[in-house]
Amino acid sequence: MAAEEVLTSKEVFTRPFFKMNPIMLQVLGVCSSLAVTSSMQTALIMAISVSLVTACSSFLISCIRNWIPGAVRIIVQMTIIASLVIVVDQLLKAFSYDLSKQLSVYVGLIITNCIVMGRAEAFAMKYSPKLSFIDGLANGFGYGMVLLVVGTIREILGSGTWFGLTILPTVNNGGWYVPCGLLVMPPSAFFIIGLLIWALRAKFPDQDEPEEFKIQED
Amino acid sequence: MGLKTLFDKAAPLFKEGGKLSKLYPLYEGALTFAYQLGDTTKPTTKTHVRDSADFKRIIIMVFLAALPVLFWGLWNVGNNSIGANSDAAVSISNHWQLWLAQLLGADLQHGMIYSKLVIGLCYFLPIYIVSFIVGAFWEILFCVLKKKPVNEGFFVTSLFFAMIVPPTLPLYQAALGITFGVLIAKELFGGTGMNFMNPALAGRAFLFFAYPKNISGDVVWVATNNDAFSGATPLSQWAAGLGDNQLVNSATGDSLSWMDCFLGNMPGAIGEGSTLLICVGMVVLLMMRVISWRIICGILLGATAVSLLFNVYGSSQHMAASSIMMMPFYWHFVLGGFAFGTVFMATDPVTSSFTKKGKWAYGILIGCMVVLIRVVNPAYPEGMMLAILFANMCAPIIDYVVKELNVKRRIARGK
Repeated sequence: MAAEEVLTSKEVFTRPFFKMNPIMLQVLGVCSSLAVTSSMQTALIMAISVSLVTACSSFLISCIRNWIPGAVRIIVQMTIIASLVIVVDQLLKAFSYDLSKQLSVYVGLIITNCIVMGRAEAFAMKYSPKLSFIDGLANGFGYGMVLLVVGTIREILGSGTWFGLTILPTVNNGGWYVPCGLLVMPPSAFFIIGLLIWALRAKFPDQDEPEEFKIQED
Repeated sequence: MGLKTLFDKAAPLFKEGGKLSKLYPLYEGALTFAYQLGDTTKPTTKTHVRDSADFKRIIIMVFLAALPVLFWGLWNVGNNSIGANSDAAVSISNHWQLWLAQLLGADLQHGMIYSKLVIGLCYFLPIYIVSFIVGAFWEILFCVLKKKPVNEGFFVTSLFFAMIVPPTLPLYQAALGITFGVLIAKELFGGTGMNFMNPALAGRAFLFFAYPKNISGDVVWVATNNDAFSGATPLSQWAAGLGDNQLVNSATGDSLSWMDCFLGNMPGAIGEGSTLLICVGMVVLLMMRVISWRIICGILLGATAVSLLFNVYGSSQHMAASSIMMMPFYWHFVLGGFAFGTVFMATDPVTSSFTKKGKWAYGILIGCMVVLIRVVNPAYPEGMMLAILFANMCAPIIDYVVKELNVKRRIARGK
């Protein structure tokens, strides 16, 4: 399989941040971004883990892309991804056990994170290992960027802290700030991601989907 | 120089090509507020208009129908506040509204009608003004940005929003709530006539989850501040295990009969007080054909059926049923936000189902859900808001099913 279009590595790296953001345009990996963004610490660890897994899996899959039979390619991809996820999970358990307990199932669930599969299927199967590695890493960063933005909003306004540091002293701790309880709950990330998508599409109107049907005027 | 001349003179500035043409919606809004425009809502525009009754007229009628409920609510807030007030000085130091009321001549401990109304106004008006200004800001901002006329919908939204929150709500929370309601539930989906959820209720739901301490529980309903004071509403008293003949008005200490609750002599949000006056509003709106009797009947039917079911289920068990499970249906009607939600919220023509059969289904769904949430969910003694929002989301699906069934029926008839 030859590359369909010629891409420079710079292009591949910058694309996933705004032009093709995995969460905001491709709408992949939303589930985990709801779950881990209530505190910055978990969001950061998750962002790093996903970046590493996506980069390495894309690289490995791209290396063997010409030998993978089309009919069983998903299974082969999954094997590689799952092995990497287990490595990340074990590393976390070995070196920061508390964090891995906080992240609980979500590290294991990187396997099902659509971004990893999506990049393997859409990019790594077609392009060279080097480009695939950059693409996987950049997509992980694009995902991580959204996670950190959402996490910042949710942790500061929801608990008054940022990476555990007190930013807004809350009423319960003798301060003045009444935390917004909604932002501690996962659904609030839906609103925030929605608003982010709105802002992004106001900047790049070409990301809008075509209207399914036109509402009739007079 | 009359006001009209002023408007006419200013018109070229705002018309196309004028200096301030971007602010035309603002001008149009101000003009409509003062005068009747030459042209009214066209039946073909996007807002929900099905006959010659203009959109503005519908809004005004709803507004007028809610006024008696509002005035009762004002009196009721004052009445509860005075009834629960043992030390005026402490209360004033904690509630600036009471300070304001005293300044206006209200007697905080022994006052009669005037004092009660003033206290009520001192609590209601700040919330209303904040939600009106903030709501109008978003509405006008989006109208200017999207170049569409300002709609009167937000009059009703801000009034209803102020009527369904507790009187002691902090004002910044009122601003946040109405912002969420207008911005996320309405403007993001295209503005008046395009919202899929009742904006006032969406705003309250936001506050309900964001600041649960300020919007529900036992201390927010009565405008007083004694540390030991608990202003549990009759509904939460019932959820806590009391029953018929055991309820008390926690503010004044009087016992509450069904008739008391029907008349509205109990703590609660301003709008949910008097079922009687809400019924008056309902009759007016029904006669004006502004709201749908199908929805109201559906809600009553659903609530009655489910609460009877719970009553039968509760009494057939050998274990002791919780007292709220044994609550008779006619009590469900008069407690909490049931009546206000049924008449003024669920019947919102934009967010309810459009088809006639769909309206029945939509109403029954609300009725079932509200009793279900009240009885089964121990965390929320009140379920009206969540039930209506849930049904709002189901309304388009209900319409779709009704439409498809109708298509099938007619195809079958043709065969």
